[in-house]
Amino acid sequence: MDTKLTTKTAEKEGATIMNQPVAAQDSVYRVDNLNLWYGDDHALKDVNLDIKQNEVTAIIGPSGCGKSTFIKTLNRMVELVPIVRTNGVIEYNGRNIFDKEYEVEELRTSVGMVFQQPNPFPKSIYDNIAYGPRVHGVKNKKILDEIVERSLRGAAIWDEVKDRLNENAYGLSGGQQQRLCIARCLAIEPDVILMDEPTSALDPISTLKVEELVQDLKKDYSIIIVTHNMQQAARVSDKTAFFLNGEVVEFDQTDRIFSNPSDKRTEDYISGRFG
Amino acid sequence: MALPEKQPVQKKFIDPVAVKKSIGQRLVVNNVTKVIFLIGLLFGLVVLGILLFGVIRDGAAWLSLDFLLNAPSRRPANAGIYPALMGTIFLMLLIIPMIFIIGVGAAIYLEEYAKRGRMTSFIEVNISNLAGVPSIVFGLLGLTFFVRNMGFGSTLIAGALTLALMSLPVVIVSSQEAIRSVPQAMRHASLALGASKWQTTFKVVLPASLPGVITGIILAVSRAIGETAPLIMVGAAIFIARAPEGLFSEFTALPIQIYNWTSRPQADFQGLAAAGILILMVILLTMNSLAIWIRNRFSKRY
Amino acid sequence: MNSSSKGSVRELIQQNRKQKFSMKNIMERIMPIVLFLCAFVSVVTTIGIILTLVIETEHFFEVVSIKEFFGSTSWYPLNSQPEYGIWPLVVGTLEITVIAMLVAVPIGLTSAIYLSEYASERARRVLKPILEVLAGVPTIVFGFFALTFVTPLLVKLIPGLAIYNALSPGIVVGIMIIPMIASISEDAMSSVPKKIRDGALALGSTRLEVALKVVVPAALSGIIASIVLGMSRAIGETMIVTIAGGSNPTATVNPLEPVQTMTAYIVQVALGDAGYGTVEYYSIYAVGTLLFVFTLVMNLLANWITRRFREEY
Repeated sequence: MDTKLTTKTAEKEGATIMNQPVAAQDSVYRVDNLNLWYGDDHALKDVNLDIKQNEVTAIIGPSGCGKSTFIKTLNRMVELVPIVRTNGVIEYNGRNIFDKEYEVEELRTSVGMVFQQPNPFPKSIYDNIAYGPRVHGVKNKKILDEIVERSLRGAAIWDEVKDRLNENAYGLSGGQQQRLCIARCLAIEPDVILMDEPTSALDPISTLKVEELVQDLKKDYSIIIVTHNMQQAARVSDKTAFFLNGEVVEFDQTDRIFSNPSDKRTEDYISGRFG
Repeated sequence: MALPEKQPVQKKFIDPVAVKKSIGQRLVVNNVTKVIFLIGLLFGLVVLGILLFGVIRDGAAWLSLDFLLNAPSRRPANAGIYPALMGTIFLMLLIIPMIFIIGVGAAIYLEEYAKRGRMTSFIEVNISNLAGVPSIVFGLLGLTFFVRNMGFGSTLIAGALTLALMSLPVVIVSSQEAIRSVPQAMRHASLALGASKWQTTFKVVLPASLPGVITGIILAVSRAIGETAPLIMVGAAIFIARAPEGLFSEFTALPIQIYNWTSRPQADFQGLAAAGILILMVILLTMNSLAIWIRNRFSKRY
Repeated sequence: MNSSSKGSVRELIQQNRKQKFSMKNIMERIMPIVLFLCAFVSVVTTIGIILTLVIETEHFFEVVSIKEFFGSTSWYPLNSQPEYGIWPLVVGTLEITVIAMLVAVPIGLTSAIYLSEYASERARRVLKPILEVLAGVPTIVFGFFALTFVTPLLVKLIPGLAIYNALSPGIVVGIMIIPMIASISEDAMSSVPKKIRDGALALGSTRLEVALKVVVPAALSGIIASIVLGMSRAIGETMIVTIAGGSNPTATVNPLEPVQTMTAYIVQVALGDAGYGTVEYYSIYAVGTLLFVFTLVMNLLANWITRRFREEY
């Protein structure tokens, strides 16, 4: 009980301290007392987080701690489960995403998502990338060509696929498919990219490529990445949030979390004592 | 990982304001089509409702014990379906063992014994094509082969054999699925105890797949006894006053009797047809419910 | 006690083994052959159908020339100068099929999309069995429905409509096929993995856009196969057209006039008094052969489409 209180206050102080000096670094997401239930199962408990622009925020924690649920709440994909209830506020660029007038389609247009399993559409590589822009009203073939090339370059896969844009995406390897999915997500020009364990289905080399890509993308996008792999969090992220049993135990600079965590439970998890 | 760093500010192709504007319209389209899709789905249900309602409205008045026990008659008031009902019941009793033995035997062969090869895939393609052959073509086969070549004449056995051949493909396919869903581990357990292949098949695989097999057979039989065209082809009698007495006696069946009444112009006969349909539908719905009950009651025990 | 009982079980097994050895051996050898014969029944059935049709059709073509059969446009087998030009029956069959597909394809596909993409799990559990019941309604019942409900309704809407016409049985054949198209298409759409839908939703697509731009294209082979199989069913459907379509083999495409399909002609002859061995008797085999070829081509096509264009995810 005590520890919980101190973490919370520490976190809040941290947030205020950081907000003041770096005014340019605005929050993209402000999560305020978010609670979520699957039926009777209380999956997220009083989550408070402040996620900054152009940073990589990693979310770590043992299986079933709610990290995946949390990231799916940020673009309201979690609502596809019929028994989900939420309360609390998530402000995205200053607007509460649970607002009645805020259509999920609009939210999801500016928040891209990359999933655990690569999930290209059973279409050509070109059509996979062009799908999003087309849905959002881009019809001009020239512009589409440009978007496709830029997105594939952005996801560092252009050189591998430029000669076979009209082939089915399922002919690509797993790692290529995942980078294609990242490119597909870049094509709708989002501000934030949510990544839900994007490398869990990939081999080490593909994983490395995706991690490097995350570093590159940071310049233009805010990235939130869920990972079960602590080394990965340490390698790619600026900030890290540690989730346990649906609560945020600790949220801080990644260096601090991994070198000098303030909560005993974080330390236990990081040193591999559970999870 | 060379991302072109020279690219300064991103050129935006997708205008967020325009996207936001269009979303409202897209959602309206989405909701309107959703309603249209729902109407499409409800159309089928409404038709089913109207059909049942119409049949009950026209036929209920004609239902009585006499209707069940009387022979058809020129005078609607005296007419009954006894011979047709008995014909349908006899057909069922004959078809079930035939399609059970041959259908399940074929399914066991294909799933447990057959080597993957040309012959097996030929048999399987053949079965799936046979399932798509119109029932009236089976009627032509029955007419030529059972009625004429074998010399059975227009008898109960000719009708039953024709319907059995027609039902076989459906039974084989559904039995194959039931057998396939028995876990490999159960076969291995039996073989590891020293049981032979046939013992394993007969005492382990077959009992485990039985609910699925029986469900498939009930559905196939309920389809078969609703068939009219093949029975017309083998010459089921349009007008007959007695229930069949043996395999080689003339017969009629419910659908034939219903067809007979339907094709007469007088309203009374239409009412009799509706009453006959009610009896047929009660039998079919009972069988279907039984099949669904067996499927739910015994499915997924492993 | 324990060890002795164990010993006796083993002895028992060994005794039984000796006794039953030959019996068991016989079963092991015989059953595969018996089972193979069961499976072979289906092949024999196909051979039987083909032989029947070919032999009896040959008798027909001994009297009627192939040129007349395919070349002439009038079908009057009962005239004193009988004419056997198949076209009126083919046109009648296709007319019914087209009307049926106009009803069944839109309604079947919208039902499938609603069930697969919009309906909740609970709604699906209620709605699918009802569609299955519709699929189990015998064709004779649909025929009755066409004659006593749909035709009178159409007569009210279209004054001067003949009691026997192509429209009413066409519509009802369509209704009969709805569950088939709906259920095969729904299976094809449901087998598109959830992760692919999620990918599209996460890009800001509406449900409709996911359905029409991702799921339907991915499931297209199954959907087309369902339509082809539905057509095959419509072509082979007999009782509905026999009851409500009339028996007027004219090569007209006006759906308000009576028609005769290939199947209805076969029934008409079977119920009539055409003697065994007459040209009229053999003519049903010629028509039946054509019907068999039509439906076989459709079924092979549907098979080929599903195999050739199956998506792997």
